[in-house]
Amino acid sequence: METMITLVVGVLVSVATYLLLSKNLIRVVLGTAILSHAVHLLLMTMGGLKIGSVPILGDHVDTYTDALPQALILTAIVISFAVTAFFLVLVYRTYQSTGTDNLQQMRGTNDE
Amino acid sequence: MNNILVFPMVLPIIVGVLLLFFRSNPNIQRWCSVLTMVVVFLISLWILEKVMNEGILRLDFGEWAPPFGITFVADAFAMLLVSTASLVSILCLLYAVFARDERREKFFLYPFLLLLVAGVNGAFLTGDLFNLFVCFEVMLLASYVLMTLGGEKKQLTEGIKYILINILSSWFFLLGIAYMYGTLGTLNLAQLSQRIAEAGQPPLLTTISILFLIVFSLKAGLVLYFWLPGSYGALPTAVSALFAALLTKVGVYALFRFFTLLFYHEPSITHTIIGLMAIVTMVGGSLGAIAYVDLSKIAAYNVVIAIGFILVGLASHNVEAIQGSIYYLIHDILVKGLLFLLIGTVIYLSGKTRFHQASGLITNYPLLGWIFLITILSLGGIPPFSGFAGKLLIGQGALGAGEYVLTAVAFLSSLFVLYSLLRIFLNMFWGETSIRTQNQIPLSKGMLAPCLVLAALTAGLGLGMDVVSPYVTEAAHVLMNPELYIEGALNNE
Repeated sequence: METMITLVVGVLVSVATYLLLSKNLIRVVLGTAILSHAVHLLLMTMGGLKIGSVPILGDHVDTYTDALPQALILTAIVISFAVTAFFLVLVYRTYQSTGTDNLQQMRGTNDE
Repeated sequence: MNNILVFPMVLPIIVGVLLLFFRSNPNIQRWCSVLTMVVVFLISLWILEKVMNEGILRLDFGEWAPPFGITFVADAFAMLLVSTASLVSILCLLYAVFARDERREKFFLYPFLLLLVAGVNGAFLTGDLFNLFVCFEVMLLASYVLMTLGGEKKQLTEGIKYILINILSSWFFLLGIAYMYGTLGTLNLAQLSQRIAEAGQPPLLTTISILFLIVFSLKAGLVLYFWLPGSYGALPTAVSALFAALLTKVGVYALFRFFTLLFYHEPSITHTIIGLMAIVTMVGGSLGAIAYVDLSKIAAYNVVIAIGFILVGLASHNVEAIQGSIYYLIHDILVKGLLFLLIGTVIYLSGKTRFHQASGLITNYPLLGWIFLITILSLGGIPPFSGFAGKLLIGQGALGAGEYVLTAVAFLSSLFVLYSLLRIFLNMFWGETSIRTQNQIPLSKGMLAPCLVLAALTAGLGLGMDVVSPYVTEAAHVLMNPELYIEGALNNE
């Protein structure tokens, strides 16, 4: 199971890299969103994908499920949600004021 | 329990949120935020004094004993930086108050400045890796808003690059955390340090350390500084001063924490790489500083050079060099804030962004000119000012570690700093005045005062070395002896 999820993470990262390298701003935003999904999955996999045990380490239990990665992911998801929302608004605002969503045409400033 | 430890982070957040309700009343916003930072500064001085007397302090949130809960750990290094950062933010806030940029003030400039400072202080204080990530994000989200606040075209396009590069580096940060948790099963910094020491830092962990090196280099502007000059140039003065003083320094702090507390077992790999990166940074920064005629670009490249210089101390990795780095870090927070305030003021007064477009400003604004000269001397490391001690100690430490190339590059870069800034001074302040007295924009005392205070501080820090040196010695002592930090962060008496 861990191997499969890791492969999924790999696919997601490559998709995200492709999107990030494109010139279209919306694709770049989507790329960052997918990138963060990939790392959230990785965080979960790193804690070990076990089911069927309690999430508490005690005296009477032999196996337990690690609950910490889920807490980490929850925090990371909230943060990436906020960042993505802000980024989307910024991209739209930039599109309004520059009239383009092409990164190539936003390069540099004309003062040098 | 030391509940007071939470205040440097929580106080700015609470006040920041409360100020959201006073949008229509700029005076409340201005003075409440300044007052908050003054209180935070006093509290942090008090904690620093307490740390010096009682050793490392710790706060376990919700009484969850470490390593299970999240902790704040205050050692001398962290508290020195919190105090300095709070001090600089007071002065930058004062400058913003008197600069009267009402358009930005109406759109929550002060709440976001406070949130930025909260994130910075939190990052300095936290004793937990994931909490460090969260504090970084608090700081970064505030910085995204400040970066784009005002909506000028340049701010928007530079903002997109800035945000994108930081999302990417946050991604690497999470990746590092995932690997770290997967291999060591904990995220408490002190316990991580213990477990890495037990394992003897095998190659896998060294690889993870390189991942963190990339993350923090991006934040600090070490080698990966390409985003820095453009984005700092697009900001209003007070914000750019705060960014230059604090944001990169948080990355530097994290680098110091990681490579003295966690990954110090393979210095031949990690610290050599840091040394090489420092060289590249200083060379690149020096070239940038003399290549441009644009004032804010020159100032931004000076930030880059200083980052390289501070990390020479980390690369040398001995007590003297670390002490020097701490001195220089404190000095640099103060004086980079000052430099950006001055550059912003000069651009505001002359209306020109390049140094050959104006001249003779010292006739119109004598005090400003002299402060600028002090800043240059201080940045160049000329003795009575604060840069000297740091440079001397870093040089001694690096020579002691046998890093001759590193030392040579570091001191050559100081010459480039001097040259690049003297060029501004000679062109803009000396010579025939280009502004006639009747056209002269009046320089308000309120804008000059923060610069004057900072200049006095850099002179005072240079002359009053004896006052600061016990704190710096203690900070370096803890950094060089990780078992002290572990003892302070984990013991349950």
